[in-house]
Amino acid sequence: MSTLALGLAQLFDGLSAASILVLAALGLALSFGLMRIINMAHGELIMVGGYLMYVAQQHLPDRSVALGLVLAFTGSAVLGAMLELSLIRWLHGRPLDTLLATWGVSLMLQQAARELFDPTGVEVTAPAWLSGSLAFDSGPLAGLALAHVRLFIIALAIAVLCGMTLLFGRTRAGLHIRAVNQNRAMASALGVHSRRVDLLVFALGSGIAGLAGGALALIAPVTSTVGQSYIVDAFLVVILGGMGTLRGTAMAALLVGMLSALAETFMSISTAKVALLLFVVAFLQFRPRGLIVARSRALDEA
Amino acid sequence: MSGSRRSSFSLLLALLPFAGVAFAPLYLAPYHLLLTDRFLSLGILAMGIVMVWGHAGVLPLGQGVFFGLGGYAIAMHCKLVALAPGELPDFMLWNGVEALPWWWKPFASSAVALTAAVIVPALLALVLAWLVFRRRTTSVYIALITQALALAFATLLISRQGTTGGFNGLTNFDTVFGAPLAGDRTRLWLHLASVGLAALAYVFARAIGATQAGRLVTAVRDGENRVRFLGYSPAPYKILVFVIAGAFAGIAGALHTLHMGMISPAMVGVVPSIEMVVWVAVGGRTSLYGALIGTVVGNLAKDRISSEWPTMWPYLMGLIYIVVVIALPRGLSGVVEKATTHG
Repeated sequence: MSTLALGLAQLFDGLSAASILVLAALGLALSFGLMRIINMAHGELIMVGGYLMYVAQQHLPDRSVALGLVLAFTGSAVLGAMLELSLIRWLHGRPLDTLLATWGVSLMLQQAARELFDPTGVEVTAPAWLSGSLAFDSGPLAGLALAHVRLFIIALAIAVLCGMTLLFGRTRAGLHIRAVNQNRAMASALGVHSRRVDLLVFALGSGIAGLAGGALALIAPVTSTVGQSYIVDAFLVVILGGMGTLRGTAMAALLVGMLSALAETFMSISTAKVALLLFVVAFLQFRPRGLIVARSRALDEA
Repeated sequence: MSGSRRSSFSLLLALLPFAGVAFAPLYLAPYHLLLTDRFLSLGILAMGIVMVWGHAGVLPLGQGVFFGLGGYAIAMHCKLVALAPGELPDFMLWNGVEALPWWWKPFASSAVALTAAVIVPALLALVLAWLVFRRRTTSVYIALITQALALAFATLLISRQGTTGGFNGLTNFDTVFGAPLAGDRTRLWLHLASVGLAALAYVFARAIGATQAGRLVTAVRDGENRVRFLGYSPAPYKILVFVIAGAFAGIAGALHTLHMGMISPAMVGVVPSIEMVVWVAVGGRTSLYGALIGTVVGNLAKDRISSEWPTMWPYLMGLIYIVVVIALPRGLSGVVEKATTHG
């Protein structure tokens, strides 16, 4: 394999890791930026998406991945909306308390998953059009193989990011979201139903987590702890990105994904985890509020 | 004068239950005594969480790391003293490690191990706190960073099987400071050490709270910017409590390891770290005593319930997290306080 092909393979790995990270972190970043809540059950929304994909593959006649993703999105979004209406509503302005309460929710969801499904994990067999890979046999890129399923996930992440950019920039709902994000009290005074915006954003973020889970199910078995293995990295992405901006989250996910993929070629996965953490702590020395900072004149910020 | 007399009277009153627990070997079965001792050592850690979370307003989600550093320091010593010169601990042999790593060697001395169990966690806490508090990192970020630290620490321990014992941790040690670990006399001494250190930690934490630095810590919690405007830098006070909490966690880890006869990554990772916090929340996040009682009683209840209904326990635990946060933000000590002041 040539150096160029090897380098591109690395880039591809990083990009694919970043795509999953961005899908996993986007909902967290949105709800954190808008409502200052930390949803520890976000990982379990990913898990729910994965299981829904599995259920769809089991029961739908044509094993449609698209239908599975729709189901994963809707299911997680509905669950997220229920969570927002029943629990998170009560904890407005208490970020550390939402962290503990939603951790409780995550414990319950994990146990429920262990009882409902095979505790060793369930596997989704990707359909034929996703199971191959784009291989280069000759030329300067000989030896490079890009798995279709990873290409699909990268495309999915890009599609979601584009969709969100359009939603925020071009629609009335997006206008309201940005207004509440900038100044909740003023937006409310001007007639924006800020509680409804909260619900919308939380459900949307949960739905994207579901998509992440659905996509993950295509590459790895779904277990009750799949959410736990992504949540901490997702939070590091949120911290790195800044207070819940779309652009910051995307950039941070790309950075973390690339760095992890790169680090894992030089060191073991566990050392890479430590290195990533050290990087984030060091980064906060220079930019304590993350990559992209939403400017504000407020003195105290959570 | 009468004020200071009243406060020393209330201190004596507060220490009375410790004396009661000290005599526990007379009225508790060995199994329950051991459990109580284990949870009492966790209570020392819990008082550190009260100082950081309840008093300074920073939620630490990585106390398991400092607990683990203290625990592994003692466990390494226990592994080494059982060996003849030139021998290697059992798990190293199984993993094909041929020479004792350099960072294991000092732990052959009990003095080094005991000191390291407190100093190493305190130092790590110092470095971490200095890095994060210096740059006004928000408390939400600190919660998440400490949680990531717990994950990284546990992952690192598991992956370095040859030198840390990996997933199983360090186990199978039977002597401590020249005495058999399971012997009655050793057990009694360990029990008294736990009660004594818990009482000492309580007195220390209480004394810190009464100093000017202690008052500034709560002032920072309630209005960090106002404290700044009054001319104080908040960082040193936050660092102070964070380091104390780290040292408390190290002591707790060392004691717990001796009681359990083992330490493993499962006791230091993300889940145990957050569980330590929830018992503090149950007892009352601003009350040293509440946290201590919350930790001991909560863990005793957990031990009983989770062995009788293992599948029900996660639901119950999840419910506890939710109910405490929504209905009892000041924990059980808040309930008691309300009842005694209005009743």
